[in-house]
Amino acid sequence: MGSPHRYIPNTDQNVADMLADIGVSSIDDLFSVIPPEFRLTEPLSLPKALSEPELSAELNRVAAKCAHSMQYTSYLGGGLYEHFVPSVVRHMLTRGEFYTAYTPYQAEVSQGTLQAIFEYQTMICELTEMDVANASLYDAGTAVAEAAVMSCGATRRNKVVVSRAINPRYRQVLRTYAHPRGIEIVTVDYDTQSGATPPESVPKDLLDDAACFIVQSPNYFGIVEDMAALSEATHRSRALFVAVVNPISLGILAPPGSYGADIALGEGQPLGNPISFGGPLLGFFATTSKLMRKMPGRLVGQTHDDQGRRGYVLTLQAREQHIRRESATSNICSNEALCALAATIYLSLMGPSGLRKVAELCTWNAHYLHDKIAKIPEYEFPFDGPFFNEFAVRGRRPPAERNRRLLERGIIGGKMIEADYPELSGCTLWAATETRTRQELDTLIRELEVLA
Amino acid sequence: MSSKMRFTSDHEWVELEGNIATIGITEHAAEELGDVIYVELPAVGDTFAQGDNLAVAESVKAAADIFAPIGGTVTEVNDALEDEPGLVNEDPMGNGWIVRIDVDDVTELDDLMDEEEYEEYLKEEEQ
Repeated sequence: MGSPHRYIPNTDQNVADMLADIGVSSIDDLFSVIPPEFRLTEPLSLPKALSEPELSAELNRVAAKCAHSMQYTSYLGGGLYEHFVPSVVRHMLTRGEFYTAYTPYQAEVSQGTLQAIFEYQTMICELTEMDVANASLYDAGTAVAEAAVMSCGATRRNKVVVSRAINPRYRQVLRTYAHPRGIEIVTVDYDTQSGATPPESVPKDLLDDAACFIVQSPNYFGIVEDMAALSEATHRSRALFVAVVNPISLGILAPPGSYGADIALGEGQPLGNPISFGGPLLGFFATTSKLMRKMPGRLVGQTHDDQGRRGYVLTLQAREQHIRRESATSNICSNEALCALAATIYLSLMGPSGLRKVAELCTWNAHYLHDKIAKIPEYEFPFDGPFFNEFAVRGRRPPAERNRRLLERGIIGGKMIEADYPELSGCTLWAATETRTRQELDTLIRELEVLA
Repeated sequence: MSSKMRFTSDHEWVELEGNIATIGITEHAAEELGDVIYVELPAVGDTFAQGDNLAVAESVKAAADIFAPIGGTVTEVNDALEDEPGLVNEDPMGNGWIVRIDVDDVTELDDLMDEEEYEEYLKEEEQ
């Protein structure tokens, strides 16, 4: 007996066996507890099911409507960045031994997965110069929120201070987490000339009863913050300093551990993960030994068994929800295993010198673009602070119109930021990573001259 | 066990000397918890009201909150527990003490059980 549905493997016999097993005579019988007025009596109004070749053709037709970064030259950034992903990453990632998106629940049975996570944690620690990193969180936004909650737990304070120059999406997620917990969020503004968060702008009395100060560098506008001074100011008030960083930038910028960050986190997507229409993403999260028992998330440790053989286990689980119950500081019991694995493979391929090279290429490309745009009289830059791979530009023409014209020429223009920062009307955010060629940059500059 | 000790229903003990109260967990609590591998201590100067979460004792499979049996300001914490958390199992009522606090209101002790009442309470709990 065949299956009545092309994509559902149950045969009529299977269904009859299951119904007999649980002692009901029909599917209708099974749902008899649902009042008749709520039950569907006719088939859903859906088109006829397609055969596999028809379905394949249909999906290809729909997919062809989407633009992808191999067809267009993209200057989008604002949190996600297009970097070259060596083909080894995908090859390793799709091996059957590794290919699951999920955290292992029979953890110790999956020694290979645990070892990969352990390597990932080690690399994040090396990259950030922090003592301990977790197995990863969903994305940078949830990592920011978890850092805020963890800081409140560690300091027994209930207010977090956040720079307005951190990614607006992260601040939205932070608000979502903070509200039901009664955590107060205080936002401090950026300096309108430099685009940075000036340490002197943060009054001491504001931080004195704050759990933490959250600053992103490079910030949302691409500007490199004075993290050492901000960290020092924060610690004078015995608040924790939370550094949100772009992992690629750590190829050339000072790591959070060097300026005394208590928590370092960020979006790990740039490490070997595609932009993929915005996800899945990878929140990396690291802290100090002093605070490790307050850290959210899974943590893999290396140990040995009773015969002295190396093995990997989930460790410090007493922090976690299944043990601490309502006193747990976080309900995260998962991780982004596959994205973290991609980051691990990427970092192992790049090595410290490769990562530095990528960071330098990003800087050169972004600065080349910036300096060429500076020569076109119709454009100006709202900020003069130092930047890494991204910067804001203000032009005369409405950004939406300019981007539409660019798109016709195969170029995805800068991200519009007016909705999040009304004071920056007419401004767009332009990112240039190592994937942009000199020729592409020159083409863009010619187009921008025409579209000024 | 000193007769001046007082006990809570969460199995903490407190002993008052002058205005300073020494606080720990009882033998019963230590046994129930199993091998303690970490004690999260408050900082000297932290203030607590009676019943606040004062410290956390973590064993291999559990983490237990330790509540302040009496309100006050922490004057001293048992630093020895940082290297030797097992002291809580070996000598819970002595060298395994957790914190000393400068008591705000001594009359709060009246809410707690004396040794005899606590023994009775343990028997009831067992049943």
